[in-house]
Amino acid sequence: MYLPDFDYYAPESLTEATGLLMQLGTSARVLAGGTDILVKMKSGLLAPSALVSLKNLHELRRIRWDADRGLAIGALATHNEICNSAVVQERFLSLSEAAHKLANNQIRNRGTIGGNLVNAIPSADLPPILIALGAYVTLAGPNSSRTVPVESFFTGVSRCALEPEREILTEVVIPPQKTTGSTYIKFGLRRSGALAVVGVAAAVTMDGNVVRDVRICLGAVYKVPTRAIQAEQVLIGKTWTNDLLEQAGRTAVGCCLPISDIRGSAEYRRDLVRIFTRRALKRAITQGHV
Amino acid sequence: MQAIADKQGVKRYIISLTVNGDEYSPVIKGNTLLVNLLRDGLDLTGTKKGCELGDCGSCTVLMDGKPVDACLVLALEADGCEIITIEGVAQHGELDRLQRSFIDNAAIQCGYCTPGMILSAKALLARNPHPTEPEVRAAIAGNLCRCTGYVNIVKAVLDAAEVTA
Repeated sequence: MYLPDFDYYAPESLTEATGLLMQLGTSARVLAGGTDILVKMKSGLLAPSALVSLKNLHELRRIRWDADRGLAIGALATHNEICNSAVVQERFLSLSEAAHKLANNQIRNRGTIGGNLVNAIPSADLPPILIALGAYVTLAGPNSSRTVPVESFFTGVSRCALEPEREILTEVVIPPQKTTGSTYIKFGLRRSGALAVVGVAAAVTMDGNVVRDVRICLGAVYKVPTRAIQAEQVLIGKTWTNDLLEQAGRTAVGCCLPISDIRGSAEYRRDLVRIFTRRALKRAITQGHV
Repeated sequence: MQAIADKQGVKRYIISLTVNGDEYSPVIKGNTLLVNLLRDGLDLTGTKKGCELGDCGSCTVLMDGKPVDACLVLALEADGCEIITIEGVAQHGELDRLQRSFIDNAAIQCGYCTPGMILSAKALLARNPHPTEPEVRAAIAGNLCRCTGYVNIVKAVLDAAEVTA
């Protein structure tokens, strides 16, 4: 399978990298793990004139916990590095589990969290849990950087807030929080190597049996990962019961607009949203960050 | 890595990498994939090409000890890395215990997935010498066998792990 040719750069610093992007113009692209972009290039969907590899920017690989900032994950951290990170497992096991549900071992060894976000496909596995946990991303440009909540990062199918001709996503931060539990559950057609037919993430803040706060995010059922805000409102301030969770699940169905495709019909996806919302909530409420 | 351009202006790069313990400094193009460097450049054809999209795992090699799909790695990205292919698994003409176990368990039918399977299994046993069956299945989930020989493959990996118990 033919891979079109391109110029290749491997800058030694972030400043050099953003400078190169500016200089190379609109048809240059950033190369992180390559598991999405090389597939797109082989399939003829993308033909960048140049690739700017981030492989020498080792500082973008780090995963750190800081009491003030929270969990900061460098954009180049691979899915397996996130999955196996002791600090991620200790703080947000749910994120580690979400990373584990993604693709297969070989892809998880190369694919990065930054790439998973920038690729911006509706069925991506990391965005729902990151949105439920209130994460934000840092986008570094040549002269300044900005932060964008993951929730407003996606603007359409394969579209996001990053300006590819001048910005690089450098970091994903999950701020310190009061949440008591979170989870991401996914339905794929196989246990491994399958895109989500539906993915649901939930993060809850419990006070005994009372739901003080909750965030629910649905993946693969709209053009972008989307919050089920009406379903959240069903729960806030109430004592949880199985009936209440079922009601939240039914409400979540009204928050999505799934398509029918090779992996499942819209009707099937709506049914999955109801059931998986209920299950995700119960898991997060009763089992903590799993 | 060093960039050079020929008289037609075509850019090439000189990289250095270690493959099965031997150091190489091949001249490659930007769009040369690791799988093609190994097969066409170094004549290590044990690494197979299947889907070439990162789904089937037949091009699995170890890159700094970790299984990766060589069809989705630019040769340029392997600059400075240590690669192990199936040709580097047997040592001094002696089959690795995993290879021996695949033979003993009849875990091979057509053999096309076998190099990738062995390398995924090798990486698993290196980090987890005594895996459970679900752990073995998870480790080889990125390696498709179309002869449906998974039962014997899983048995072979578990048996190889047993030997070191």
